[in-house]
Amino acid sequence: MSNERLRIGFIPLADATALIVAVDKGFAEAEGLDVELVREVSWSNIRDKLNIGLFDAAHLIAPVAIASSLGIGHVKVPILAPFGLGVNGNAITVSPALHAAIAAVADGAITDPMVSARALARVVARRKGNGEDPLTFGMTFPFSTHNYHLRFWMAAGGVDPDEDVRLVVLPPPYMVESLANNHVDGFCVGAPWNSVAVDLGIGFILHFVSEILARAAEKVLGVRSRWAREHPDMLARLVRAHGRAAAFVEDVANREEVAAILAAPNRIGVEAEVIRRTLDGRLKVAPDGTMRTSDRYLLVGRKSAGRPEPLQAAWLYAQMVRWGQAPLSAEMLAAAKAVFRPDLYDAAMGAPPPETLRENSAGEPGDGIGAFAGPAFDPDDIAGHLAAWKIRRQ
Amino acid sequence: MDPTLKIVIVDENPIRAAILVDGLREAGHAHVVHLDETSHLLARIYAIDPDVILIDLENPSRDVLEQMFQVSRAVKRPVAMFVDESDKASIEAAVDAGVSAYIVGSLHKERIKNILDLCISRFYAFARLQDELDRTRTALEERKVIDRAKGILMKAKNFNEEEAYALLRRTAMNEKKKIADVAQSVVTAAELLK
Repeated sequence: MSNERLRIGFIPLADATALIVAVDKGFAEAEGLDVELVREVSWSNIRDKLNIGLFDAAHLIAPVAIASSLGIGHVKVPILAPFGLGVNGNAITVSPALHAAIAAVADGAITDPMVSARALARVVARRKGNGEDPLTFGMTFPFSTHNYHLRFWMAAGGVDPDEDVRLVVLPPPYMVESLANNHVDGFCVGAPWNSVAVDLGIGFILHFVSEILARAAEKVLGVRSRWAREHPDMLARLVRAHGRAAAFVEDVANREEVAAILAAPNRIGVEAEVIRRTLDGRLKVAPDGTMRTSDRYLLVGRKSAGRPEPLQAAWLYAQMVRWGQAPLSAEMLAAAKAVFRPDLYDAAMGAPPPETLRENSAGEPGDGIGAFAGPAFDPDDIAGHLAAWKIRRQ
Repeated sequence: MDPTLKIVIVDENPIRAAILVDGLREAGHAHVVHLDETSHLLARIYAIDPDVILIDLENPSRDVLEQMFQVSRAVKRPVAMFVDESDKASIEAAVDAGVSAYIVGSLHKERIKNILDLCISRFYAFARLQDELDRTRTALEERKVIDRAKGILMKAKNFNEEEAYALLRRTAMNEKKKIADVAQSVVTAAELLK
């Protein structure tokens, strides 16, 4: 098999694990792919370099793949996601001061996201009454899961994310510093940055996003539709390499090795132990050492996380509509769903046998999302989803 | 060129930014502001209220600028990126050079086409300069190592300078290595044997 050369861009985050392991552990090479991984500093760069063909594929936040395909916010370049790099994995971290303020006015346990969201609304109202500046929260990109997850959570408690607080974009490596300098009062970001803030004693992890949405597509492997059409064989090999890598990552026996691979300075470049905690879903949530464990914190491959689900794309599109980034139309909904391609995944990996599907769906939310508030999500009724919320832009 | 345009340059590299500022001023742009630090970036940009924003692609704060595309209370004027489907060539040239441009307000694209072209050529000029500097620095360091190796050989083998250099060159040829690499081995070995 001749070796095909590919350039793939990534951002140093724990959910690039399947991609990094596929390359550094030789799964890509075994498929005849010679992959050069390029570490990038911004989602804008990743998007532009994928769009113009400097990258063949990229580690992408799922909403960027959809926005690019719909042509909202930027040039329209149709992108396909044949592999899901991660489900869940984000967390909301707040400053010690905001954590204390929320705890002081909570009407129950603040591990319950509805309790914490309502408490946040009280904190926000009190600040407004006192004439204080609104709270500021960091997220990673306008078209990001982090933006939508923060908004979904706070709006359920009665906080209008556009009117009552400030949401600002911050590059993930700057989140921790910004929290320490009081430039932000909290943020939503992927691993390992929440843990880094807790380890430094300057942040409390308030929620794993898996407590807000049981199943939320996070990053995808994105390729240009045109590239996929022109290179079907290479695409299948790339997906297979990722499938094998994801399975390797999920085998607990390999975790130490995986964490060491990711810790390398040219990959994620943080301590292996911090990455290990993320993969194991065992996170220190408070500076005093309190731990919280979830087997849903970050899914890399298990529970069918690698197989893209159009329903997830529909949920993300619904958030774009809810917050005024995209108009609601049947065509756009169909186009958004068509970004996530389980058929390409199946073509490469082989369709999963029914017993595997049953096993993988056991314990997963009935509507595929499992939000902590609001009615079940119906991917064919975005208008219904929007009607359920008082706080929305359209 | 349009002297009334307000241009902001976001670049943490002071030399490259200076080259760019000079270039724009020479071209008749009087209002050029360089931001070398990216905390509170949006607030600072809003305060300047520029017509054009230029940012280097190594800057993670590029994602912060993308927020200006969004409609919100904080944004005074709409922002667009200097690209659309009709000029892919522009974005390719810019990304290749390592710079990105944003237009604020309803400015016509043609009016900033030459600004972007100027940026692209200055970014390339800077890259060439950097490259030359790196090469000069390497050459200088190599010469230092070779001099030290020569000194070590002259002392150890009672060679004159020419003989010492000839031995280094012969060894490099035989081992298919660079003279500087052989010299480095001599220096390292001499330190180990001290």
